[in-house]
Amino acid sequence: MLTKRPFVIEALTALGLLAAPFLLPYLGFAPATINRILVWGLFGLGFDILFGYTGLLSFGQSAFFGTGGMVAAYLLTLAGFPHVVTAIVIGMVAAAIIGYLVGLIALRRTGIYFAMITVAISEVFYFVEFNPLSDFTGGENGLPGVPPPSFNLGFMKFDFNTDLSMYFFLAFWYFLGVVLALRIVRSPVGLVLSAIRDNPLRAQAVGHDIQRYKLTAFVIAAAYAGFAGGLLGVMQGFMPPDAFMFDTSGQLVMQTAIGGPGTLFGPLVGALIWLYLQDFLQGVLHLGSTWKLALGIVFVVLVVFLKRGVIGGIVDLVQLARGGKETHEAPESDPNAVAEPEAPAASPGVAVAPRASAATGDKAVIEARQISKRYGGLLANSNIDFLVKEGELRGVIGPNGAGKSTFFKMLTCEVQPTAGQILFNGSDITGQTVTQACQLGLTKSYQINQLFTRLTVRENVVISALAKLRGPFRMNMLRGVDGVPGLSERVDQALALVRLTERADAPVAELAYGEKRRLEIGLALASDPQLLLLDEPLAGMSPSERVETVKLLKSIREGRTMIVIDHDMDAIFELAEKITVLSEGKVLVEGTPEEIKNDPVVQEAYLGGVHE
Amino acid sequence: MINWGNLISQMFNGLVLGMLLALISSGLTIIYGTLGVLNLAHGAMFMLGGYAGWLAFSYTHSFIAAVVVGSLFVMIVGIVMERVIIRSFYGRPHEDQILVTFGIGIVFVEAVRFAFGSLSKIVPPPEMLNGIVNLGFMFYPKYRLALLVIVAVALLVLYIVLYRTKLGMIVRAGIEDAGMVDALGINVHKVFMLVFGIGAMAAGFSGIVNAPVVAVSPDVGESILVQTFVVVVIGGVGSFPGAILGGLIAGEIISITSMFNPGYAYVMLFAAMTLVLVLRPYGLLGTAGRD
Repeated sequence: MLTKRPFVIEALTALGLLAAPFLLPYLGFAPATINRILVWGLFGLGFDILFGYTGLLSFGQSAFFGTGGMVAAYLLTLAGFPHVVTAIVIGMVAAAIIGYLVGLIALRRTGIYFAMITVAISEVFYFVEFNPLSDFTGGENGLPGVPPPSFNLGFMKFDFNTDLSMYFFLAFWYFLGVVLALRIVRSPVGLVLSAIRDNPLRAQAVGHDIQRYKLTAFVIAAAYAGFAGGLLGVMQGFMPPDAFMFDTSGQLVMQTAIGGPGTLFGPLVGALIWLYLQDFLQGVLHLGSTWKLALGIVFVVLVVFLKRGVIGGIVDLVQLARGGKETHEAPESDPNAVAEPEAPAASPGVAVAPRASAATGDKAVIEARQISKRYGGLLANSNIDFLVKEGELRGVIGPNGAGKSTFFKMLTCEVQPTAGQILFNGSDITGQTVTQACQLGLTKSYQINQLFTRLTVRENVVISALAKLRGPFRMNMLRGVDGVPGLSERVDQALALVRLTERADAPVAELAYGEKRRLEIGLALASDPQLLLLDEPLAGMSPSERVETVKLLKSIREGRTMIVIDHDMDAIFELAEKITVLSEGKVLVEGTPEEIKNDPVVQEAYLGGVHE
Repeated sequence: MINWGNLISQMFNGLVLGMLLALISSGLTIIYGTLGVLNLAHGAMFMLGGYAGWLAFSYTHSFIAAVVVGSLFVMIVGIVMERVIIRSFYGRPHEDQILVTFGIGIVFVEAVRFAFGSLSKIVPPPEMLNGIVNLGFMFYPKYRLALLVIVAVALLVLYIVLYRTKLGMIVRAGIEDAGMVDALGINVHKVFMLVFGIGAMAAGFSGIVNAPVVAVSPDVGESILVQTFVVVVIGGVGSFPGAILGGLIAGEIISITSMFNPGYAYVMLFAAMTLVLVLRPYGLLGTAGRD
């Protein structure tokens, strides 16, 4: 989140844009350079949403920059289309469509594959522009004669044919771009994009269709690139073919990294530094083509030492100057103190949306029929039959390697069973994705914390709750997160349940282990599951934290069906009314805690036999 | 009308290019597989190999010396780069690693441009490999034929190092699970350094042996890097056989398409990559779970 205060950033941006053409020349900026900075800054707004917010590092942006620019320039020159702004918008739409198609391919993979594929994309577009389409694009000559915009209001005619008037034309679009980008990153969509950057697997597991969100970010970036490309042609009066070059993508990436990704203004700051240095090294120091060597070295040094670019560095400096990093201290409390019974968490009245039927019914919530999972030669689970009724709290225990986690992963549709069938509320969910399963109402808290580590506690919970309230995918990117009906109640309740209300604004990285563990459960709770699976919720906890967590688990079972895996026998015996024992991938026995405790087969499995 | 002689000769060109791409890609893929770093400076290292070799050649007039100097120089560059910069990036996100290697690549290219200018440099093939040879069904440049053998031998050496030596076993184990190798008491850092050196050398060696075919210029590595990426996407990251298969496929596609219209070579290459991504997202010989 950039800020809670409305329109401060927008107002500052407007002021800055108005002052820049009068102040920057004193620092040695040429008017034409200032205009180019704006084009790069606008280009970078979309790229920052893709890279800084969603975590997708693309080297293919030149393809969309070039496409938008060439379409607009072609319309305005060879096709004789008169209206400049409309032509640029058409170019933007063309770039967005191309972006959608390319995104379908490039987003099939993530990480380094994505980077490599986008590199290839940018190269392909360059060759297509040069050769097969040269009749439309001018090939290596580009398209000269792109007219500047002019508006005829009848009584008055505005021509943007000076550097300064062009500046205001560009600044207007940049400002619009910033306003739009700010709304996008502050919208539920923006938060989900950050979730994808931090932990794509968990974003998926809490019920977001991350593939479609990534494609959305990709198209947004392509649209910004296309619009900026159109502006480039109009600004220069000439659409250069090198807009399509891999170097263009590279320069954008470097400018963004220099300025600071994930800030929206990073690309603008980066462009300011980059283009200024370029002018300075070439014009003042007469270094000729060596400027790129110098900038390359500057870039490498910055990436090595400033992990979050110049803006990130400034933020750190300011914090240092203020006397140490602002920390979100945990509220003073005795770490050994156990939650008071009257704490809101323990009161069933505020449980996240109490469910309709609280009583243990006869209806099966989840049923596994003869499910098996094979990993190559290893049979992790074989022919498991399993049934949990509504309102039940089931314990699952078994020695290490018994296949408990694999079994859980199959129930939540994280992995598909090799054979067998899984029914949830009577309907077959075998073969569904983890996202669909979560949307249906079953989710899991993980054995190893899966949190959105760069966000705050509250944002973490919000991301999970959003999936439930908005469904797997929605594109309302122009409304604020707080505008989602029912969100804050749900988030507050979930935070209260896991007793993290006081820590809501702390970044996850600052939490203690026990708090992270509770947040892990809170994430699962916030999507208000009918069936909640907990994979070793007590793992790694201190004795007092265990007592607290057992209490927490008791308090949240109201109206909910739960399945808990843990190695803490005392806790499981205390919590569960029925226990399933897994051993070597099979169900060993099933029964009440009393029966399990005294079962010689269980003792045999755990201790290798009890001999008196 | 297809000119059959021409087609066969282009298929030979494709084979040569394919083997070369296989060698360069193997270097890229063993670095990524073992160290988890995608080296965007790999294309620049190819270029450096060409320049170092050219420099050695202009002093000694020996092609052998050029090859030795070109390969060793880039290996040393790789080792220094790993020790000084890459090492501090193992704990940082993939994106940071990509950014820093991208920047290093630019520094290499621009440093060479600064020192030697933008004009391309020619390294002639050794005397005995000059001219063309009559293969019965076509005439073919001797050096290209020799290049096929040279690169095949280099690939064989790399194969032996990877699959028949202790170091190779450690490297392949590292590709599976570097953490486990570390835990077994093997000095992973030393292995990492060596792997980076060997991977870089594969690029540098390719750069100099290719110099008699394509003259070296500061930008010669860029298109090689792009082609290498396509090869790796087609073959599968971390797979040595995948790099070879992908290299041959890419080489043939580029050469045969160029016969009809060079402008479409990349389009066809990209189409092949798309097809692989749709049908086998992890590459022809890759396995799931490597991102």
